Amino acid sequence: MTAPAIDVRDLHVHLGASHVLRGVDLRVDHGEVVALLGANGSGKSTLVRTVVGVLEPTRGEVDLLGHRLGDDVPWQRVGYVPQRVSAAAGVPSTAAEVVASGLLHGRRLALPRGWRRLAREALEQVGLADRADHATGQLSGGQQQRVLIARALVRKPELLVLDEPVAGVDRPSQEAFAATMARLVDDGLTVLVVLHELGELAGLISRAVVLRHGQVVHDGAPPRPHAEHGSREHEHVHPHTSEVPVVGAHDVGLSDGPLLTGEQEARP
Amino acid sequence: MSEIASMLTDPLMQRALLAALLVGAAAPVVGTYLVQRRLALLGDGIGHVALTGVALGWLVGSAMGLVPNDVLAIPGAVVAAVVGSVLIEVVRRRGRTSGDLALAIMFYGGIAGGVLIITVAGGSSGSLMAYLFGSISTVTTTDLILTVVLCLVILAVGVGLRPALFSVSHDEEFAVSSGLPVWALNMAVAVLAALTVTVAMRVVGLLLVSALMIVPVAIGQLVTHSFRRTMGVGSVVGVVVCVTGLSISYWYPLSPGALIVVLAIGVYAVVAGLHPLLARRRPAGDPHPDIPDDVQVAPRAPADADCTP
Repeated sequence: MTAPAIDVRDLHVHLGASHVLRGVDLRVDHGEVVALLGANGSGKSTLVRTVVGVLEPTRGEVDLLGHRLGDDVPWQRVGYVPQRVSAAAGVPSTAAEVVASGLLHGRRLALPRGWRRLAREALEQVGLADRADHATGQLSGGQQQRVLIARALVRKPELLVLDEPVAGVDRPSQEAFAATMARLVDDGLTVLVVLHELGELAGLISRAVVLRHGQVVHDGAPPRPHAEHGSREHEHVHPHTSEVPVVGAHDVGLSDGPLLTGEQEARP
Repeated sequence: MSEIASMLTDPLMQRALLAALLVGAAAPVVGTYLVQRRLALLGDGIGHVALTGVALGWLVGSAMGLVPNDVLAIPGAVVAAVVGSVLIEVVRRRGRTSGDLALAIMFYGGIAGGVLIITVAGGSSGSLMAYLFGSISTVTTTDLILTVVLCLVILAVGVGLRPALFSVSHDEEFAVSSGLPVWALNMAVAVLAALTVTVAMRVVGLLLVSALMIVPVAIGQLVTHSFRRTMGVGSVVGVVVCVTGLSISYWYPLSPGALIVVLAIGVYAVVAGLHPLLARRRPAGDPHPDIPDDVQVAPRAPADADCTP
């Protein structure tokens, strides 16, 4: 039996004086796509940043691909997409240069031969092949996010850890990203992804883990969207306030309450 | 023409030109990483600390009765700059909020310590002038050997480890998650910066060292989008202004250090002035050709048609 891709046991993490993670257990097996959900401040980012070795656990153990966190981890098999960093670094760099930095890992400090081709292929996977020589800082927010995803994909990882990869990314780009992920998952990629809403990735998620106050409060089937909101046909269109306030057309049992304007009515 | 020939055959000038050439090439390489990390003023801080090293070297030299008594000044500066730079890096890692203050305290301590120690060593603050403002015309053969060796080390590490140093400077969190030896790479940048300050000290002086590291990089990023080419352009500009400034000071009684820095800033001003003209030459294409043109914009209604209740 092979070791799980991620095995977190009784993990406690302090950030300064605050006890952010309070005994988290998380196991992700090969081929799974696990979504990490929870409110802001519930410890999602802290958990993934600890899993990829950025933060030090105060207690507990983290095994990555069967190795205790540290120099033994085969880092070339792990890809990490941090929450978007400010792209306005001091010196401009091209998308290809940023992606190529994903080819370095462990003690490999020099770029391999053909790094340009590899970087271009990774950018192609996120639909940015024609932007390889553009300054990263001049790309739009969503495009910068995709450059960071390409940087994680360029080393062809078998475990991908993403921290809110589609936050602030428009619908078509989210769909393109979901399609790319679907293809990679078909090829056996294991994914741990922090999300605010399942969105376009919903179909891929095999399991959802919900954090609250630094503890796992749900580990199982992904939550179903509210009523008809999840269906493909549902259009998130809310009528504008009409000139005269009217009682909501689909009155939801609040007829004694204040008059509902069109905007309020749309929120159950 | 014969004047150029006489300049090039003057052994004093030969040494100075070689030192200027190497320092001009090396300083912007390290400067690129400092600008990338938003530590453009780090070179100044290290320069201040190096002054204490100069004075300490002087003190030790006097105590040991060495002749001339400043023979240990440059080794002293190297040691103090490396120690100071490593300390700044340690403080930077500990907590980002206190790093700014720690840096400031180090600046002032470096200058004050240098002046105090030099008077204890039997010199005066005037003895430090050569280090504060450069003294390339007094480069000895020993100085030159040290400069050549250090510059070659800086160029070899700064260019050879570029992808790894770029990764660490660009996104440290990602570098950690790749298992890169981030601590060692950060220390490498700190030590490179310290060595650059001490070799550039002879050419432009401690007070202007940072300019030689930063201004060519500022010029580079005006003309290119790529990190690699910014470094290349910076290095070429560094060589050109150092050699030109030094040559001009051979004929006119001007301080070569100040002249080199003014030349660099002049080049920056010219390139920055021409930049909008060059940028406009490029065809103005749609920045997002992949977004479908599926939205039709209705022609604007006449102004008096709206706003009426």
